[in-house]
Amino acid sequence: MSDGPLFHRDRTWHPKPLSPDYKTSVVRSPQKALLSMNTTLSEETGPVFAHDMLGELDNDLILNFAKPGEMALGQRIIVHGRVLDENGRGVPGALLEFWQANAGGRYRHAKEGYLAPLDPNFGGCGRTITDADGQYSFRTIKPGAYPWPNGVNDWRPAHIHFSVFGRSFGQRLITQMYFEGDPLIPLCPIVRTISDPEAVAQLIAPLDMNNTVPMDARAYTFDIVLRGRRSTMFENRMEGN
Amino acid sequence: MQKLTPLKESPSQTAGPYVHIGCVPNFCGITGVYDQDLGSTMVNDQTKGERITVTGTVFDGTGTPLKDALVEIWQADTDGIYKTGDPRGAGDPNFTGWGRAAGDYDTGIWTFETIKPGAVPFPDGRMMAPHIAFWIVARGINIGLQTRIYFPNDPMVANDPWLTRIEHQNRVQTLIAKEASPATFQFDIHLQGPDETIFFDV
Ligand SMILES: [Fe+2]
Repeated sequence: MSDGPLFHRDRTWHPKPLSPDYKTSVVRSPQKALLSMNTTLSEETGPVFAHDMLGELDNDLILNFAKPGEMALGQRIIVHGRVLDENGRGVPGALLEFWQANAGGRYRHAKEGYLAPLDPNFGGCGRTITDADGQYSFRTIKPGAYPWPNGVNDWRPAHIHFSVFGRSFGQRLITQMYFEGDPLIPLCPIVRTISDPEAVAQLIAPLDMNNTVPMDARAYTFDIVLRGRRSTMFENRMEGN
Repeated sequence: MQKLTPLKESPSQTAGPYVHIGCVPNFCGITGVYDQDLGSTMVNDQTKGERITVTGTVFDGTGTPLKDALVEIWQADTDGIYKTGDPRGAGDPNFTGWGRAAGDYDTGIWTFETIKPGAVPFPDGRMMAPHIAFWIVARGINIGLQTRIYFPNDPMVANDPWLTRIEHQNRVQTLIAKEASPATFQFDIHLQGPDETIFFDV
């Protein structure tokens, strides 16, 4: 028994591509039905990234852009968790890339126009690769909420963007992590592209006092689930199947 | 009755307008954190196969180019073997198989320098025509879009076991690149409209 096709995506759990309250989606969402296919080698294989590609500070956003001896401003946090597949198995060697606004809600980006100031010691990007058990962690500052042009008064809840690679190109996923207790979560048109409240809850990281480093940094736990794979027992692969 | 207890896949969220910060920081001026942006180089001078350029633009439903899209590709090597995860063996060590490119801020054009992939078997053993898998994310795209590019004038395309499953065969041409100049293949992606690219739920 070896790994077989990827589980089909539950598109009712994911956000709807056309979500009119998120205005940009109106002209950027396909209008024809997606064509459903079973995965082939082209989706079941995928790039693999080696731990030795990582720099020492890649998973430390407090230091990785800071001048020597300085640190990013903001509430110090640790984000940690596991990458799993839908079968509940840890995914080792998964590359996670994350990016976020600074403590004032400002991104370091040419197209960003929010008046909150840049932090000269904060770049806003980091990455890591899961260990043999699927575990990962990184250190950063809690990003600020920020306003964005959609409605006249829409604010993004504090969030961290995640890009995730599993073992298969068909598992490729980009998502966002939100923080427990943020009153902006239910108001956000981007959060609301997801219709099932249980699915939204899957993106909200709880405060984790057990893993909080006393007098230093609070911890938030955020597990990420990627598509699972069917076992190939009794798999018929007839011509024209 | 026993309960099935699969986990649910984490729901997708848009990559947003600042995807560059996380995925191509050097491209957007955040230097000194990573040596180079991942996926910016797929080949070296030892890579086997025919060198090609794959370039294009993603267009929205008004015909406007997306200037904030991020495109990733995954393809087999010249012998039709995937670099990693392929049960048939390891691919060309001098080819990454995976590329990532951001659209130009002014024009939206993205470009990959790669090689022409070999044919890869379909699950039933028939061969699929050489193709490159695409994954497209951007602000306004709530879940990454999956498509494929095939090559023009390829006799295998007509019998490709993936393409022949498509009901509306008149849409298959949206997956076939145009040879803009020798060894340069143009693949424009239309998110909507009469030329809407076929996107797959796969
Ligand atoms: Fe954001």
